[in-house]
Amino acid sequence: MHELSIVQGIIETVSESAEAASAKKIIAVYLRVGALAGVVKDALLFSYDLATQETMLEGSKLIVEELPVFIFCQVCGKDVELPTVQSFRCPICNSPSAAIKQGKELEIRSIEIEV
Amino acid sequence: MATRVLEVRKNVLNKNDELARELRKDFESAGVLVLNLVSSPGTGKTMLLEKTLAALGERGFRVAALVGDLETDNDATRLARSGAPARQINTDGRCHLEANMVRAHLEGWSLDNLDFLFIENVGNLVCPASYDLGEAVRVALLSVTEGEDKPLKYPTMFNSADAAVITKMDLAGACEYDREAALRNLREIRPAIEILEVSAKRGIGMDNWFDFLQRKKYGVTQ
Repeated sequence: MHELSIVQGIIETVSESAEAASAKKIIAVYLRVGALAGVVKDALLFSYDLATQETMLEGSKLIVEELPVFIFCQVCGKDVELPTVQSFRCPICNSPSAAIKQGKELEIRSIEIEV
Repeated sequence: MATRVLEVRKNVLNKNDELARELRKDFESAGVLVLNLVSSPGTGKTMLLEKTLAALGERGFRVAALVGDLETDNDATRLARSGAPARQINTDGRCHLEANMVRAHLEGWSLDNLDFLFIENVGNLVCPASYDLGEAVRVALLSVTEGEDKPLKYPTMFNSADAAVITKMDLAGACEYDREAALRNLREIRPAIEILEVSAKRGIGMDNWFDFLQRKKYGVTQ
């Protein structure tokens, strides 16, 4: 489980951004997590509450947006959403594809702050 | 009190990714091929590397290895017996290697004097998937004793690999290894992945593995 290190990365980046904006308080952190990011949402939320104690982020809410995987299907000529990560085949035509267009994100999208 | 939403749009692993990009540039300009070996504990990464370091050394290649473990330097000691420089990275409980650990442990080594650098990651099929180490090739190992459905259980890791090495092929019969299922599952998770089947201990399939390494080294596509 490496969610705690991930949360430490979040704290670092968010604190920098919040300080640069002269925030008094951080209310919420919006995170985008792809299905291939290798991160478990529940473990992330659990680590978040622990690790943010006595930091600028204490008491803030972590809001996780989970993103499905999209691959580019050469046969269909478009990006298609995968229903699971158990098979990297186009759900329409069944062709395999290793061209991942979405799903590896682990991105702090925005923060809600009090100024 | 006024509240507002501030766009951040930053990757959480930004620092690691940036460092990994710098390392990748350094490796490329030095002409050293770097491989990141990932697998669950006990798949045989160290055994494969022991034989690989020795064999590549005999073929005149200059090789080195970094090996990550939570504790002990047993693996570095094993690898150093091949005569190649080998260093242990102790992660002090951390479940994966990060780019800064790799950089710190390269100190004093001249990359220009290396043809291959192998990085043996911590035995773990989850966390190392998220951390780029600047490698050119990520190799996921899977042993015949582990079960053919490992790729389906750990899709993130196997999907991130450039090649898969199935190890302990000498035990395939005893384990009733289902070759077709193993290859199918790997390809289901990572279409077109290159798959090699070896037993480092018995020398099975090792020439294919060495050919693979040399092809990657000289940028030859199959």
